[in-house]
Amino acid sequence: MNQETTQQRAVIVGASHAGAQLAASLRQNGWIGEILMLGEEGYLPYHRPPLSKGFLDGSKSIEDILIRKPDAYEKAAIAVRTGTRVVAIDRHAKVVQTSSGERIGYTKLALCLGAKVRTLAIPGVLPDGLHYLRTLADIESIRPYAIEGRRAIIVGGGYIGLETAASLRRLHVDVTVLEVGDRVLGRVTAPELSAFYTRVHGEEGVRILTGVAITGVDGVDRVSGVFCSDGTRLPADLVIVGIGIDPSTDLAQDAGLEVRNGIVVDECAVTSDPDIVAAGDCALQNSPLYGWIRLESVANATEQAKSAAAAICGRREPTNALPWFWSDQYDIKLQIAGLNAGYDQLVVRGDLSQGRSFAAFYLKSGVPLAVDCVNRPGEFMLSKKLITEKCPIDPAELADESVPFKELVSRWLAASAQ
Amino acid sequence: MVKINYIQLNGETLTVDVANGDTVMQGAMDNMVGGIVAECGGGCNCATCHVFVASDWIERVGFAVDMEKDLLDNLPIVQPTSRLSCQIEVTSELDGLTVKVPEEQF
Repeated sequence: MNQETTQQRAVIVGASHAGAQLAASLRQNGWIGEILMLGEEGYLPYHRPPLSKGFLDGSKSIEDILIRKPDAYEKAAIAVRTGTRVVAIDRHAKVVQTSSGERIGYTKLALCLGAKVRTLAIPGVLPDGLHYLRTLADIESIRPYAIEGRRAIIVGGGYIGLETAASLRRLHVDVTVLEVGDRVLGRVTAPELSAFYTRVHGEEGVRILTGVAITGVDGVDRVSGVFCSDGTRLPADLVIVGIGIDPSTDLAQDAGLEVRNGIVVDECAVTSDPDIVAAGDCALQNSPLYGWIRLESVANATEQAKSAAAAICGRREPTNALPWFWSDQYDIKLQIAGLNAGYDQLVVRGDLSQGRSFAAFYLKSGVPLAVDCVNRPGEFMLSKKLITEKCPIDPAELADESVPFKELVSRWLAASAQ
Repeated sequence: MVKINYIQLNGETLTVDVANGDTVMQGAMDNMVGGIVAECGGGCNCATCHVFVASDWIERVGFAVDMEKDLLDNLPIVQPTSRLSCQIEVTSELDGLTVKVPEEQF
């Protein structure tokens, strides 16, 4: 079935955070043409972070995590087709093709393709009970087994793994985390922070085993245990794997768009084709502060989607927001501003060794690159400007809690402006 | 359903129906109110759903406290009646509430 474009039509491939924001931003930018969002999953756009938090521990329902209510799309004349997979883009004819062979014409195309989970390289047929954690359907298959007394093995000590551990502990599940590296959160935080998280999870009853990989899964129909690289076998009723994601770029690659570690876009989220934009986990962009990066965060998906929508409407709104992330584990509110790669000094305001409140600053030549804030929303908010302005700070003053942070920031920013 | 008024960036007021129990943020999201982004999905982890509550409503809504207050107090643009709209739950007592969208979200 062909769909002729008799008026302008923006087609958005992907119905998660970037797609949802892009659709809304199009209307807010005054786009009066059609908007058609095509999502592979069977749901309207939903918030993904709760999948390892409130949706996993049962405190949130599907309705609670929808980004917008169903009638919001109708009111804004945004057509959403779920359960629809796009398999090819014909850039010459300006048509996308779905897995059922349907061809849909576009005036402008937005690729909000997200990412795919990395999978374990374990050969053979595996029993049931091994789950990844990316979609709502994944969590629905986990929930019946996430009950008190069951034993869970979490493979991967990144944020997803640790959040999942925290959520399962809330459900009184017995939890062991297997991390192949020498510390948890090895990719994203300083060793001192890894030690903090290990302490907290230990206090909450989670066993963390580092330097250990999963080499096999035991069980006939359903998992009964896992085999580890150190030669041991751990009993398990549930295995959850969170070992990272890779950007979904095949559609773009096959269509001849420029693709590296992500779909290459300019500062306005436009790809190598002027009628095609890309946003979110799938997009690689040259950021003013950090160079070419591909960020895996809701904030990035939202910001790039806004730039992309503006670009579709003929406006220039470069993406320049400071990267930031959050993670909720137990009573810990972690908020991170900036990216810490290349830091040469860690300065902590507060105490890492006891309690759960501090702000850890990653400095390079005395200038903050990033900050990890645990239950310190004030420091989080104030530090953003220090980072974006590349403001030199005094490490001794920074570590001194007797002076209010707000006062220090004002002083440093004023000094830097001179 | 309760009527909530959003004074938008262009100065115009948009009046929408929001269900009891929904947040003022969700009302903005469901009605495509520009300038309210809700990046963290309502978890009090960012401040992109920041609104200024009309001064004749702030007593009924309540002032910000705890972590919400810590986030707001440290924003470049904040007013005494600032609230994170994800923390304002809509009840029939708030029928007719007016909030203003700030020029910028941080």
